[in-house]
Formats: sequence, structure tokens, C-alpha cells
Amino acid sequence: MSDDLDVVTGPDVATGNGAAAGVPLAKFDDPHLLPYAKNPRRAEMLIGVILLIGLAGFAAYGGLYWVGGQAQWEGVFGGVGFFAFGFGLSAWGKYLLPQGPFVEERHNLASSEAEVGAMAAAIEDRGKMVFRRRGFLGTILGAGAGVMGVVIAFPLIRSLGPQPKKTFDTTDWSPNAYLVDLDGRRIHQADLEVGGALTVFPEGYAGSSVNQTMLVRAENTDIVTLPGRETWGPKGYLAYSKMCTHAGCPVGLYEELTQQLLCPCHQSLFDVKTGANPVFGPAPRPLPQLPLKIDSRGFLRAQAGYDQPVGPGFWERS
Amino acid sequence: MSAARSRTAMRGRGAGRDKSQKPDPVVAGVRWLDERLGVAKGGRVLLDKIFPDHWSFLLGEIALYSLVVLIATGIFLSLYFVPSAQDIIYHGVYAPLRGSKVSAAFASTVNLSFGVRSGLVIRQMHHWAADVFVGAIAVHMCRIFFTGAYRKPRELNWMIGITLLILALTNGFIGYSLPDDLVSGTGLRIMFSIVLSIPIVGSYLATFLFGGNFPGDGSIIPRLFIVHVLVVPLIILGLVGAHLGLLVRQKHTQFPGHGRTEKNVVGSPMYPTFIAKTTGFLFVTTGVLWALGGLAQINPIWQFGQYEPYKISYAVQPDWYMGWLDGALRIMPPISWTLWGHTIPLVVFFPAVLFPGICFNLFFAWPFVEAKVTGDRSEHNLLDRPRDKPKRTAIGVAALTFFFTLFAASSTDVLANYFKISLNEVLWFFRFAVFIVPSIAGVFTYYLCREMTGVPGIGRRKRAVVITRSAQGEYESVETAPRPGDGQEELTPTPVPDRIELDGELEPVEAAGSGVRRIPRRL
Repeated sequence: MSDDLDVVTGPDVATGNGAAAGVPLAKFDDPHLLPYAKNPRRAEMLIGVILLIGLAGFAAYGGLYWVGGQAQWEGVFGGVGFFAFGFGLSAWGKYLLPQGPFVEERHNLASSEAEVGAMAAAIEDRGKMVFRRRGFLGTILGAGAGVMGVVIAFPLIRSLGPQPKKTFDTTDWSPNAYLVDLDGRRIHQADLEVGGALTVFPEGYAGSSVNQTMLVRAENTDIVTLPGRETWGPKGYLAYSKMCTHAGCPVGLYEELTQQLLCPCHQSLFDVKTGANPVFGPAPRPLPQLPLKIDSRGFLRAQAGYDQPVGPGFWERS
Repeated sequence: MSAARSRTAMRGRGAGRDKSQKPDPVVAGVRWLDERLGVAKGGRVLLDKIFPDHWSFLLGEIALYSLVVLIATGIFLSLYFVPSAQDIIYHGVYAPLRGSKVSAAFASTVNLSFGVRSGLVIRQMHHWAADVFVGAIAVHMCRIFFTGAYRKPRELNWMIGITLLILALTNGFIGYSLPDDLVSGTGLRIMFSIVLSIPIVGSYLATFLFGGNFPGDGSIIPRLFIVHVLVVPLIILGLVGAHLGLLVRQKHTQFPGHGRTEKNVVGSPMYPTFIAKTTGFLFVTTGVLWALGGLAQINPIWQFGQYEPYKISYAVQPDWYMGWLDGALRIMPPISWTLWGHTIPLVVFFPAVLFPGICFNLFFAWPFVEAKVTGDRSEHNLLDRPRDKPKRTAIGVAALTFFFTLFAASSTDVLANYFKISLNEVLWFFRFAVFIVPSIAGVFTYYLCREMTGVPGIGRRKRAVVITRSAQGEYESVETAPRPGDGQEELTPTPVPDRIELDGELEPVEAAGSGVRRIPRRL
């Protein structure tokens, strides 16, 4: 055999690196192929140990699963297994396999001006040919596509649910509705101490979202929160919609000391004694107040429903 | 030496001329595929694909491998999860919950955590993987931004990446909305209000999606489920394919260095070096996520309880990647416009719809904005060092600081409690800080970068200097010899060889004297 063996590639052999001619046979001691590790023997040993740790981790996980499993140990064994196995493999690649540096040529992505022109011309000319003296067909096609787009949206979007209609404007609170707690029990005027708070619903709607109302007892005498609401707070009972006017979270925290309602989602704060006016945070409106009355047997009832939509703002809200 | 024999053998293997020899199974396999798919040319290009070595190139891989873990664990979860809001009486393995009324989604999530062996680990792994996925995308994006890798010809891949980030955020949110626990229900309540806040179509969209006013007719969970497990993952996979496809087509970017030009790529080849390293890294990522899944509790829904629309808990926080939007919602001043008898709840619509829309559109537009401003429309394959581009780096740092400030603003209540200051002050602090802190950070970064570029040899390892005093009292300073690996022995890059002579003593260390021959990659 002669020296030409050193270059074994010809035009018929694929080279991935983009070199025009073949790339010579590399010697085993070509520095580009040498391991990165200073001491490959030691690296091999270490990698072997690490891979073994991985193997042991997998085995331990398997054994643990067999005997019934335990979340924390499953995490340890599986984690160690995968981590060590992966670490060993990566180290193998980094310290023992050829690191080069090898080089690959980039080829121009851009084509020649002529090729670009040919592509553009093809699109343009053929496109014009399609519609040449057939503009009316194009118009019909466009109109049809437009109608198709709109019509397809019906089943995709419109079928999903009902129209809103008045659902955001109204609640199920009606005149004379009894206030009930979560279990449906009517609220008596003796049920709350001063400083107490309770989530209430109209009778028959316990647990519903839009009707949830925060009942607090601020004092032992009638309270007027705002002008025009003279009779709304009998015996210190005040009821406000529990849906935050910001993003609709339940305004669930009542601070007895400051007599404020706090929404835990975005920290809006409402002052109970001045008509749940927002005193802090992003809420843009007061919580709507539910006018209350105490009937002859001492049960709390609504004088009427809310006088405005409850909860967050929306386009149709006037 | 048996080199001659071996060369003959290898030649026979490569060309397959020697019919008397037993056919090599690899040759036979390659030929079989090649005759059907023509893999020998293109496949060889793929095997020889060069991957530049730099730690920052791992960040995208973390994202990719988290996605692999997400899909694997997600398939497992979907075998047990029941996407239904229907109320049932719980009779499962978790004793404290027995007899209470919960939704099928909640019950099945508790059951797959406690009743299925390894279920808890895999569920928590899924959640951790989602958090890591978004995080890795974010830091990967930072790498691309600060090194200018998005410049021509890679603008398209940048835009695909931004889309992937949006999809990851979306699917993460939908994912933790599925189990119907208190946190997920609260998130959905806020999402409902956000949809509701859109002018003109908001109320329609909201009732369509949820099947009525919140909480709707129970259809939102099955709907979100199919979006979470089919629609979004399909798009993500498609785009990841395109992302990697473009990467192969356009080849990697690289930092400047010895033998590296705009016209080449220098590094280690796909096969076998990169394959070994990256497969190992897949396992390492899996291992970390697995250990997190087993050891670090995440989203313990049995502690939060079933969602009820009237229930709420203190310190409600979304997953971390939603924090910036939650913070924006918190510090937005209470503005609500009323126009012509209509309400525009800007207090929700701006921070939750317009603001992220503006941000993502700016991200999409950035490569083109930069090209327009700098007038630089040439192709770039060599990466910038962040300090060499003070303006870009300053803008990036300002943006990062901005988002981090918003993120911190999503814990106003926690911060107020922790530092024992009033919530009011914390809120007002953030309303100003969100503009002031990024400005300061940006200006500081700009001047820092300018200073750094002015210092010669910054970032390079400095050699020790030995100062000696002669008997006459003269001082002399001498630079010490370079330490091994200090850049004196860096090799000139060479193309990947077609053949490697494998015979000979495989003790190259002794033969070469030392394995050290390469410097740490310099920028």
C-alpha cells in the first residue's frame, strides 16, 4: 500500500464538515482526538464509579417501589440514579471523547440575486396569471373566505356558552329574602357578636358565587354608612357583596379592630362603616351594600337586592 | 504496527468493496437506510455538526429537557386525572378528606398523589419541571439577548422563542388551574375577571369560555384540560421542532476566539462528543427534577382544600412566572373609565391584558428595532460580549430589573408582614420603584460596561508578577511563566476527520506527555 492511503476520500465520499476535498485520516494521537482529562486512566475510574452510583440509585428505586414506595426516598434514589448516571455520561463526553477544536464552514444562506428574482417572479407572475381578467373570481373567493372565517367562529366560540344577557347585572337577592349561612340556616339578630363577621347567601342559594355577601356587625346601634342608606344597617348589621370590585376574589378578611374588609388577592381594603369605600389598593369602587332589615321574629332579611352590579367591572356596566 | 492491516479493513468497511469479507452490520444498516432515504450525505452532515462549547449554551438545553420531563410525567398524570368539576363524595385513600364533598378533578388529583405508587413524586416532578421550564426559557432568552444572538439571520428563531415563552406561561397557568383546589380556583376567578375586563367582547368571551357567569356550568375544567394536554403541547412541540430545525439550518453562533470567524463554527462534533454530553445532561436535569419531586413539596392541594367560590386564603400567590402580572395588578392605581355609558375597567384591563401584550410585542419587535436604530443589517454569527454593547446591556438589565420589581410587588403583603411596615407604604414604594429602580439599574449598567470595555485584558486570567530586589536595591518585576492551560497551547481547529486510525497503543497521555493542551474557553 502506498501513501495515498492517508487520503482515502474521493468525490464520491460524503464529508459532513463542508471541506471541499476529503479530510485526511486522523492518527490516534492527533491532539484533536486526545482526551481532555489530564489523566484519562483516573478519569475512566471516576466515571465508572459515578455510573455505578447511578446504577445503584436506579436499583434502590426499583427495590423501594417493590416494597411499597415512600415519596422522599423515591426522590432521593431516583434523583441520585438519574443525576449520577447523567453526570457520568456527560463526564465521559467531556473528558474522554474528542474535543477538537473542530471546525465546520458556514455556507451562505442567501441565494444569488438571480435566484431571488426568479423566486419572486414565479410568485408574482403566476399569481397574476391566476387572477388575470378573472378579478371577479378573486372577489368571490375573498368574500367566501371571509364568510367562512366568520361562520367557522360560530361553532368554535359561540357554541361554548350562553350569552351574558343580564347575568352580570343581577344577583339572586330579592326583597325580603332571608339571610342564610353556608348550611342554609337563617341568621337571627342574636347570632353575631359586635365585631363578628359571617358569609351569607339568600335563602336557597347557599354557596353560590355571585350572591356571596359579607355580613359584619360593627356596633350595637343602627348605622348609617352613607346618605340615603339610613335604614340599611339595623342594630349595627352591615352587609356587603363579598366579590371584590377589582378582580372578583372573595373579600374574605375582616379586621375587627379597624373595621375594614381586606381582599387577600391584591390587597384592596374597604372601610366598612363608610359604605365599604376602597381606602387602599387597586379596587376602583366600593363594595355594593345590601339593605338589611330585622323582621318581627328577629331574623335578618334583605330589604331589596343590590342596587348595582356586584363584582369586577365590565363593558356593559354603566 | 498493525496500521496497514487496519486501514485495509477500514477501507473495506467504508467502501464495501471486499465481497469476500463478512458484511459489516453498520455498513449494511447504513446502506439499507440510504437506499431508501439517502441518509449517507445528510446524515453525515448531522453527525459532524459542530457544537460550540460554552456553559451558557446549556440554558436552552435545560428548557428542552424540562419539556421532555414534562411530557413524560404529564402522560403519567393524564392516566389518573379526571378532568371534571362534578361533585362527588370522597372515599379515597386520603383519610382526612373522606366523606367530604369535592370535585372529581380534586379527588383524582389527591388520589393519584397518595393512592398511586410514585404518584406524588411524579406529580410534584411535573410541577417542578414546569417551573424550571419557564425559568430556563427566561434565562436562555437572557443569554440570547445579552450576546446579540437574535441578530440577522436569527430573528425568526428569536420570535419562535418568544412564542414558546408565551405558550409555556399559558400552559403553566392552565396546568395549576386544573386540580380545582383553592389556589387554582382563585386563579381562575381572577382570569375570569381579566377576560371580563376586555372592552366590548369581554362579557361574551367570559360566559362563552366558562359556560355562564363564574364559576360557570363546570365546563371550564374539561376545556382547560384538553387545551393543557393536547392543544398547547402540540403547538409547543411543533415550534420546538422549528426552533431546532432553524438552529441546524443556520448553525450555532459562537463567541470570538482562536480560529473562530463569522464564516465557521468551532467546537466539538455532534457524534460522539456532544451526544454523550447532552444525553448525560438530559439525565442530570431529570435527576434534579426527580429529587425535587420527592423532597421539595410543591402545590399540596390537600392543604388548600377544594375550591369554593366564597373561600379564600391569606397570602394567595400564583406560580412564580405569573408573579410579574400579579404584581402589576396589585400596584395599578384604581382607574376605571366610564365612556358613553360603558365601563372600561382599566385597573384590570391594563395590567393583565394591555401590559403583557405590549411587553411581548416589544420582545417580538426587538431585533428589528435594534437593526433600525443601529443601522446594522449585516449577518452576525459571532456573539457579542455584553460589556461591549453598553446600550443593549443597559436596556436588558433595566427590563430585567423592571420585571423583577413587578415580581417582588406580587408579595406586598408578605413583605409588609416580614418587615413589619404598613401595607400602604409597601404599595406606594412599589408604585414608584417599578420605574425608578430599573432606571438606576440601566444607567449603572451602562457606565459599568463602558468602564469595563476601557480596561485592557479584562476578564482574562492575570499572570503573577515576581518582584525581586537586587543587591544594589534595584527592583525588577518579572511576569511568571504561563500556567498549564493558560492559552499557550490552544490548537488550531481542524475539520472532523473522515476516518480515525484506531489501532496503536491507546495510551495517548504517556505518548503526548500531558493531556493538557487546551485553554479554558475564553470569550
